[in-house]
Amino acid sequence: MDKRYVYMDYNATTPLREEVKAAMVEDMDVYANASSIHEAGRRAWGRVELARGKVASLIGSKDPKSIVFTSGGSESNNTVFNTMYDLGRKEDGTLGERCKIITTSIEHPCVMNAARRLADEGFPVVFLKVDGTGRIDLDELRRELDPSRSAGGPTLLVSVMTANNEIGTIQDIASIAAMAKAAGALVHSDAVQAAGKIPIDVEAWSLDYLTLSCHKIYGPKGIGALYVRKGARAEPLIRGGHQEMGIRAGTYNNQGILGFGLAAELAQRDLASLAARLRSLRERLRDKIVARIPDVRVNGHPTEVLPNTLNVSFPGAEGEAILLSLDLEGIEVSTGSACASGSLDPSHVLMATGVGPELAHGSIRFSLGRLTTAEDVDYVADKLEPIIARLRRMSTVSSKVE
Amino acid sequence: MSDAFEWLYSPIVKEHFTNPKNVFDPDEGFEPDAQGVVGNIKCGDQMMFMLKIKDDRIADVRWKTYGCASAIASTSMLSEVIKGMPLRDAYTIKPSDIASRLGGLPENKIHCSVLGDKALRAAIDSYLEKTGRPGAFKGEDAVVICNCLNITDRDIEQAVKDGARNWEQLQAATKIGTVCGGCKPRAEELLHELVHIYGD
Repeated sequence: MDKRYVYMDYNATTPLREEVKAAMVEDMDVYANASSIHEAGRRAWGRVELARGKVASLIGSKDPKSIVFTSGGSESNNTVFNTMYDLGRKEDGTLGERCKIITTSIEHPCVMNAARRLADEGFPVVFLKVDGTGRIDLDELRRELDPSRSAGGPTLLVSVMTANNEIGTIQDIASIAAMAKAAGALVHSDAVQAAGKIPIDVEAWSLDYLTLSCHKIYGPKGIGALYVRKGARAEPLIRGGHQEMGIRAGTYNNQGILGFGLAAELAQRDLASLAARLRSLRERLRDKIVARIPDVRVNGHPTEVLPNTLNVSFPGAEGEAILLSLDLEGIEVSTGSACASGSLDPSHVLMATGVGPELAHGSIRFSLGRLTTAEDVDYVADKLEPIIARLRRMSTVSSKVE
Repeated sequence: MSDAFEWLYSPIVKEHFTNPKNVFDPDEGFEPDAQGVVGNIKCGDQMMFMLKIKDDRIADVRWKTYGCASAIASTSMLSEVIKGMPLRDAYTIKPSDIASRLGGLPENKIHCSVLGDKALRAAIDSYLEKTGRPGAFKGEDAVVICNCLNITDRDIEQAVKDGARNWEQLQAATKIGTVCGGCKPRAEELLHELVHIYGD
């Protein structure tokens, strides 16, 4: 079999779409500051506003002004938690009556660490557990939202990611938001991994905040957005000029914003067909792995899962060794192993789903995307089988799933 | 032309990872005189050494490893280095010796993945015990950590193997740092590392 180059790490980032790249290159000559009120400035501003509408449309918002452009997902998430730092305290700096924060134990590190910072500042913060499939327990959420049945007082914010980056599990955001709203809380969802893969509807779900990143939807890096429902408060992380309704200062990133707009438009146009195609490729890959390699465990939810994300544990083999073996064959994936992350602990997401450290260390995430083909999937399955067999042969650890 | 981004580790690591030497093969019928296992599945690395010993020399060696590419490569390299070596010399091999023979390893990989020397010492210790010389090499090449009480890195390692998991337990076991206390930062760092390796 000829060696191929197979990129299966689309959840890490995606290649820039040709159309987006071309539009951005063309826009490079539009140097005017979109805040300037002369003609060139107005023309640049027009492009920014057109893009804003396209990003709003991707997530079901009819209000383009609800979109605040940021540098990416981490900044958007931090803006929300930083806002809670203000909303949760009284003028004298002490904690207000409503200051409880509810999030989950499987969020992206930027949410986890922003929430931990609030906990360090004295806020009551709850990290909801997830079940073996990666979903939160709605009864536990209901209990945490009820001050008569849990500690911490009334809830200020519920922040639950739409879909998980590592295992792809999709949460029931509509139900979560309805419960949070009924308890008087604000609702945020980190939709960085969900955007472009599943339909998002901030209005139907009645969210207050939603986080987006452009480079996960075949656009450029360094640009993202925060949806802020009309009337919801948002405090700037970066203070300065009046850009972005005063929520995010800094000169407009014209090319990034333009690229984001086009990427969002194309993502919305292609969503249904791309999701259907990727779902079938994901199933093909899963079925081949399960049929050909003994003692594997498919992680995440069996049905409520992103169409492109397949997370599999290979007990007895270690993730970094699997990843680098695949890399030598031209296949690029990621792992939940500690050895690949530079930390000592394996994936907090897999550990939260209750798989032991051994299954977490031996996990591989295959994330498929626009350019993935059936031939790529077959190539990966063919190469994976002898790699796992070889690593297991030299392993001290049994491959049996307990 | 060399390309620094072509692979994550050195070319020597790559060679030992893709073609590891002396891996244990259950069909081969290798019968060891001694064996030792070290490692913690929580950390993601575990190693086993099996030795054939003749006249206090390592006549042959096999190993198994659960671990990342650098763990596999360093165990393979260690197995090559110790063939024919007197037990006493093999006992004092340090992780840094193996790392440098591999053309270097990233700092965060040296402690976690180079468990081979510890698995090897465990195998040699078991052999010494079997041949009626328990602890014969204890103290060989040890580094003194606590100067006041002459407590070495090996003493700390033994205390952790015997169950010490924090500073108080280490002090109870060794009396370390009970005089001037100047060794505490270094000793705690070592303790943390060893607990990660031996802890459960």
